[in-house]
Amino acid sequence: MEVIRNVTCPICGTLCDDLEVTVDKNVVVDVKNACAVSEAKFLNFANPAHRNLKPLIRKNGALEEASMEEAVKKSAQILADSSYPILYGWSCTSCEAIRVGIELAEEVGGVIDNTSTVCHGPSILSIQNVGIPTCTLGQIRHRADLIVYWASDPYSAHPRHIERYTAFSEGRFQESEWEHYVARLRGILGKKRFNRASERVLMREVSVPPISGQKLPPEFETRRRKLIVVDVRKTRSAELADFFVQVEPNKDFELLQALRLLVRDDELEVDEVAGVPIGLLEDVADALVGCSFGVFFFGVGLTMSSGKLQNIDAAIALTKDLNYRTKFVIMPMRGHFNVAGANIVSTWQTGFPFAVDFSQGFPRYNPGETSVVDILSRNEADAGLVIASDPVSNFPRNAVQNLVKNPLIAIDPVVSPTTMMADVVFPCAFVGIEDEGTAYRMDRVPLPMKKVAEPPRGCLSDKEILQEILREVKRIKRKESES
Amino acid sequence: MDGLLIRNGFVYDPLNNVDGEKMDIAIYGGKIVEKVENAETVDASGMVVMPGGVDLHSHIAGAKVNSGRLLRPEDHYKDVEPKTARTRSGVGYSIPSTFTTGYRYSRMGWTTVMDPAMPPLKAKHTHEEFNDTPMIDKGAYPLLGSNWFVLEHLRAKEYEECAAYVAWIMNATKGYAIKLVNPGGIEAWGFGRNVRDIDDPVPNFDITPREIVRGLCKANQLLNMPHTIHVHANNLGKPGNYVTTLETMKCVEDLAREDKPVIHITHCQFSAFAGDDWHTLRSASEEISKYMNSHSHATLDLGQVIFTNTTTMTADGPFEFILYQITGNKWVNNDVEAETGSGIVPFHYKRKSYVHATQWTIGLELALQIKDPWKVFMTTDHPNAGPFEAYPKIIAWLMSKKAREEVLKKISKRARRRALLPAIDREYTLTEVAVATRAGQAKSLGLRDKGHLGVGADADVAVYDLNPEETDLAKHPRQIRRAFKNAAYTIKGGEIVVRKGEIVKQVMGRTYWANVKAPPSLLEIEPELRKVFEEYYTIKYENYLVPEKYCPNSVAVPVEARF
Repeated sequence: MEVIRNVTCPICGTLCDDLEVTVDKNVVVDVKNACAVSEAKFLNFANPAHRNLKPLIRKNGALEEASMEEAVKKSAQILADSSYPILYGWSCTSCEAIRVGIELAEEVGGVIDNTSTVCHGPSILSIQNVGIPTCTLGQIRHRADLIVYWASDPYSAHPRHIERYTAFSEGRFQESEWEHYVARLRGILGKKRFNRASERVLMREVSVPPISGQKLPPEFETRRRKLIVVDVRKTRSAELADFFVQVEPNKDFELLQALRLLVRDDELEVDEVAGVPIGLLEDVADALVGCSFGVFFFGVGLTMSSGKLQNIDAAIALTKDLNYRTKFVIMPMRGHFNVAGANIVSTWQTGFPFAVDFSQGFPRYNPGETSVVDILSRNEADAGLVIASDPVSNFPRNAVQNLVKNPLIAIDPVVSPTTMMADVVFPCAFVGIEDEGTAYRMDRVPLPMKKVAEPPRGCLSDKEILQEILREVKRIKRKESES
Repeated sequence: MDGLLIRNGFVYDPLNNVDGEKMDIAIYGGKIVEKVENAETVDASGMVVMPGGVDLHSHIAGAKVNSGRLLRPEDHYKDVEPKTARTRSGVGYSIPSTFTTGYRYSRMGWTTVMDPAMPPLKAKHTHEEFNDTPMIDKGAYPLLGSNWFVLEHLRAKEYEECAAYVAWIMNATKGYAIKLVNPGGIEAWGFGRNVRDIDDPVPNFDITPREIVRGLCKANQLLNMPHTIHVHANNLGKPGNYVTTLETMKCVEDLAREDKPVIHITHCQFSAFAGDDWHTLRSASEEISKYMNSHSHATLDLGQVIFTNTTTMTADGPFEFILYQITGNKWVNNDVEAETGSGIVPFHYKRKSYVHATQWTIGLELALQIKDPWKVFMTTDHPNAGPFEAYPKIIAWLMSKKAREEVLKKISKRARRRALLPAIDREYTLTEVAVATRAGQAKSLGLRDKGHLGVGADADVAVYDLNPEETDLAKHPRQIRRAFKNAAYTIKGGEIVVRKGEIVKQVMGRTYWANVKAPPSLLEIEPELRKVFEEYYTIKYENYLVPEKYCPNSVAVPVEARF
């Protein structure tokens, strides 16, 4: 039995690196400091019921077991024969694997794209338009006295974010507000007996109603850490907040622009914007300007609602405007644990963060034209390689149809709708559990992923599988040019 | 590795006092040797042979460089590098992708480039990018001028503990030299503030930039580091800032020993402004040069402006915010917890702008007024004042008054009237160019096997198609530019990697880092460091370290501290 410390979690962009994993005979029996999602992965990753264990090749309509050599040969032939293959996924694997993937895409003249294309792609486009005032998460922990989660629900999607970096964390210049929150809870729910009784009567967990209303509460006059959540619905994160602002769906752009006007001391001649009364908006603008260090965290609620990158433009522009009055930063809440890494590696090798097209022999970037969902929707690809992702589950239907009707290679530790529809399937090791590598946190700090257990026999690392395929592709091309 | 003989070229090897002599250079096993038999021959007749270029300050890899790449897709579209059988594809222009960076330096005959600003928390990122930057040897300087451990040790006047921490940083992050950027100012920027001069205390830390510069200078000496402290002065980019620059150099005068430099002021052009505002701005090259000519404890590099659309990127966050306010361009800011920060703003230097044209004259004035070429090195602070691909242009300006006049004709008339440059006749010789672009830089860096062609040196050689016997180079600046733009040959580690400006072989180069051996009594800081570490950082102590596997081809330069 061994306890491995300082393990970096392979789930979300929070990239906690303080996990302690207890391993007994290659089985993870305990994990400390992990959130529920992380714990579930560490305790269940080895379950053979949902793992790919052998390479598979589709023969006569059905997936059959094959040797690694056969699978590599078939994949390489698929890619070498195609004229416009797409290579998609990348956000749940290591930078070391991504580097090989880009070389492979360049070698076959295909398009390499990662999950940003359906998630924070608009954020990246916006950053390319207007820039971004941001920082590493420690700056927030040390200094932030105003934290705003906009269109983001960390309670559900980044469970330890608030305790590690924001409202409930301890910094050099700011204290944790955890006790204040607990005191508030107690005040609202009364005694313990009342809690239990309510839960029994209502037969569900009693949640705290979010604090909202026409005015900001008195906390906002103090220097202590304050948490605001802005969302279209009351989330669990909203319940933790010192104040919750409910915005009408698809009206975030208007709300952000209204705040920009107020922050610049302009007057608004309407009674409300996006469902938020002007009086409250003015209070919020005062709070934004009056803090000593503020931060906006934003999620897919902004990138994928009406306006898309314009929403982010507005949010970043608001942050830039606030820098004239105080210190303010903004950060996208990246989802997968290495989506930032996929952008970073792609940018350093090709100059572009996603949707990179090598068909002309050099990197081209034109989201909308070279992004994978659009290529598939227009039925322009003739082969696909998917790694560390499951587009069959979440791409638009016609894109999925056009993906699966062509030869498809899938590299995934688990069985998924994508692997079930593929023509070649490679079993592989989980990065961060069975394979080491480098990943980048949402604030682009690099962290080492550890190997705490051996993968099932025959499961290579993503990097090795890609290297094999690349080697075989080069061999095929050499042979073709010789003949 | 087989031998190589470079025959009959005009050799410029200032560190060995070779000044254009016709001689052969023999190479074997990746090193320069006395002689070699049965070797491949490179006919360098009628051509100039120099050590490979050494660049001590160029932003080529790491967190903010990559953010810059991300920020400028419009820049990349204009300038692409297709894949070839030997080379990877990529993009330029002001911030090339990593493979392209290596190829372009190599095509000009450069073989060693140092990235001057590595945030220790993100050191792995710098090294990952280095591993994808071929053709050149590399190194990086950890940013320490606003680092909490450094500030606290220096406030308590614990110079030896500070030195021990610096030693730990070099080993932990595989860094090469101590870098200060706007010392103390970036910590102030954590709350949106800055420091006004070198005696303005840093908020919350009760220490002045003067104390930080002096303290790190002392630490540098205690550790016996190969390079001096490398300083981006406070008040960069502000009219009147030459006073701060002089104060910064003066504040370590008393620490100098044996006439050896103890401080390097980087991209001095940006820190050599006189005047009170943008309208009254003028060059302070005269004041700075006068000081440099009468003191030997300081060196500087130019930060020469090129009239082009480039990208500014620096750890000096507050300065970049000012640049954002002036230009309204897109602006990236990224503060790094407990350590440093960064800012990026695209910038277009225009000939007809009085300010930009004056900036253009400042760099050249510094180079031409400072008499000792071993004190002044050619850089553009790539990409801040211009892309490194413009180096051949700058060499032509240094060597040819005619080339300078061609530009002077086109710049803002008011700038031309007020500048010193038109009156300066001095023209750099090839020897002085060799010092400014390789020998002097290598010497300043303490890289004993670089920047020269003596026996035992690394076989990093550049051959340029220039004939100083036949041509009066000063009268033919275009020939100078053409020659340096595409080296006739670049030899890296004894192998021919470039012929006539084309990459003929890809090599990976190595990463140099200072392996500091401090006395054990002082490396006892480790337990104390671990205790405080998690209070300061949001990552674990073990995960901060850069293990060997991130530097697969490294040269651990042994450094013996002397306490």
